[in-house]
Amino acid sequence: METSTPMDAKSTSTTTDPSTLTAGATTGPPRATERTPGAGPRSTRRVKAQLPFGVRWRRDWQMVLMMVPGVLFLIVFFYLPVLGNVVAFQDFQPYLGIMHSEWNGLQNFVNLYANPDFWDALRNTMILAGVQLLLFFPVPLAMALIVDSLVSNRIRRAFQTIAYLPHFLSWVLVIALFQQSLGGAGFVNNLLRQAGLDPIPFMTNPDTFPLLVVGQLIWKDAGWAMIIFLAALSAVDVSLYEAAAADGAGRWRRLWHITLPSMRTVIVLLLILRIGDILSVGFEQFILQRDSVGPGAAEVLDTFTYYAGVVGGDWSSGAAAGLAKGVVGALLLWGANSIAHRLGEPGIFQKRSGS
Amino acid sequence: MTSQVFRPAARPIWKERPAPAYQSIKALVLGGFAIAIIVPILVVVSTSLASDQDIIEAGGYVLWPKHPTVKAYETLFSGGLMGRAIMVSVFVTLVGTALALVTTISLAYATSRPVLFGRPVLLLVLFTLLFAPGIIPMFLIVKQLGLIDSLWSLILPGALGAFNFVVMRTFFMNVPQELLESARIDGASDFTILRRIVMPLSKAVIAVVGLFYAVGFWNAFFNALLYLNDTSKWPVQVILRTYVLQGKSLSADQLGVTPPPQPQSLQMAVVVVALVPIAMVYPFLQRHFTKGVITGAVKG
Repeated sequence: METSTPMDAKSTSTTTDPSTLTAGATTGPPRATERTPGAGPRSTRRVKAQLPFGVRWRRDWQMVLMMVPGVLFLIVFFYLPVLGNVVAFQDFQPYLGIMHSEWNGLQNFVNLYANPDFWDALRNTMILAGVQLLLFFPVPLAMALIVDSLVSNRIRRAFQTIAYLPHFLSWVLVIALFQQSLGGAGFVNNLLRQAGLDPIPFMTNPDTFPLLVVGQLIWKDAGWAMIIFLAALSAVDVSLYEAAAADGAGRWRRLWHITLPSMRTVIVLLLILRIGDILSVGFEQFILQRDSVGPGAAEVLDTFTYYAGVVGGDWSSGAAAGLAKGVVGALLLWGANSIAHRLGEPGIFQKRSGS
Repeated sequence: MTSQVFRPAARPIWKERPAPAYQSIKALVLGGFAIAIIVPILVVVSTSLASDQDIIEAGGYVLWPKHPTVKAYETLFSGGLMGRAIMVSVFVTLVGTALALVTTISLAYATSRPVLFGRPVLLLVLFTLLFAPGIIPMFLIVKQLGLIDSLWSLILPGALGAFNFVVMRTFFMNVPQELLESARIDGASDFTILRRIVMPLSKAVIAVVGLFYAVGFWNAFFNALLYLNDTSKWPVQVILRTYVLQGKSLSADQLGVTPPPQPQSLQMAVVVVALVPIAMVYPFLQRHFTKGVITGAVKG
């Protein structure tokens, strides 16, 4: 408010004294000519970038100060651990530390290559990731299409409220609920026994474990994954439907020619993210069920890393497996994204640089 | 578009009334899914409140307790392991969420404007979305910092979530530039602008991101398993795993009560204790979810 007083003073002076009006008009043009030597219009951002460092520092030091806690966090809990991956190339001994442990090149990776347990973990990871991609991915999309077709807002909101809830429960809780429902002593098997039937080992059968895992994932996250599809659906231009209907397109035609093409970008985006994350099939979910199903079915790359490294004390093998997983995951993400680009989709990176 | 996620309720004239077959399929799919979510939770809550003879009569689980009692909860809260675990979880959740919000809000605000170092710092954060450092190096760093068996090992590694950061930053970028500039002309410092202008305008997104963090800290299980050997520092989730999933029984002196109630209702009470805080905050924040998630994810 204080800085606006000069403006007020100027405006009052122009209204009281007409002579200052012309004076203002004569002082106007010189300012304009000051700007013109700068060779045409420039974006404000460009001008700011050209300011000398000292000026920017004096203007921005508070903002830079605000970045400090976050950057410190990133360095300590992300970039240092990333560098810590060098133990994958060492014969790491905890009492010697990273600085004094001996380097052994790619030996840890060679050991992994020869380790059947690692291949089992890799195979399980791929199987589970494949099953998840095939069985989980379409569910939220289908659910979003159904929910979007509901006319009653009340039913729609009620369903969304219920469907989002399990996303906020921990994996321990979800698996506890599954165990209490489907476990050997759980209430479904209780009902079966009371009806004189044999109980079904839902929770402990290694052969059906992938299906159980996908069931848990759908129970927990399908409702939540629906949100983004619903948002994309609500952004579809209604006049397209109207025009199509006027041309005689029925509901399936409209779904195929309007709804699904409009959602293609979002579907591709989510698919890419899913592929980038494919090797992280769900760590907590598996570590929690490894005891009841056995490592034969529930050992994935993450649990292998944990049991080999932290529990078994073979730090270097664990780190090598973890590093291999991280690198492959990043490559998959990058690969899926560039394929999407080639197919003319925005993908993820392009979107981000645009923001 | 972002504020109006739901289409108006009225049926557009061009839309045909769904055939009864479609309608019943929809009802079956959505209703079935909703029931599959509600029933297990209901059974767990009911069983935790059931009296001993209810449980024996029903053969393990009850859908609706005939003689409700809170004996199981009294046992849990009568001191001992569970009481401590709840204190730990509450502490970690409150302190962690507060710290994470401070870190995220300030970093998101600073990188949402074209300022010195803004661009490189943004890239530093976004890179974390692509690559995970791995379990072993994280463990080694936490150990190096001397945080093993300290509750800070649950708090500090979670003090910045890249996804939450993106949601927050996207929201801040949509705050009108003119508002900030006029405040700056009036002589407000960047801290004042953030505190007095940007944050009051962003209450909804702060609530959502705060909830995401709080849920994350409350649900954290693996970090506790990894970094805490001392059972007296275990949070609720680890207790839940040990005494419900692995079925290890709580001894009378761990519970602080003799004789203990039916193990079934006690186990279910542990489940409910892990569930309740989430069920409590959920209805208040639910209406903000869609907005918060969509600003972050779709426009991101």
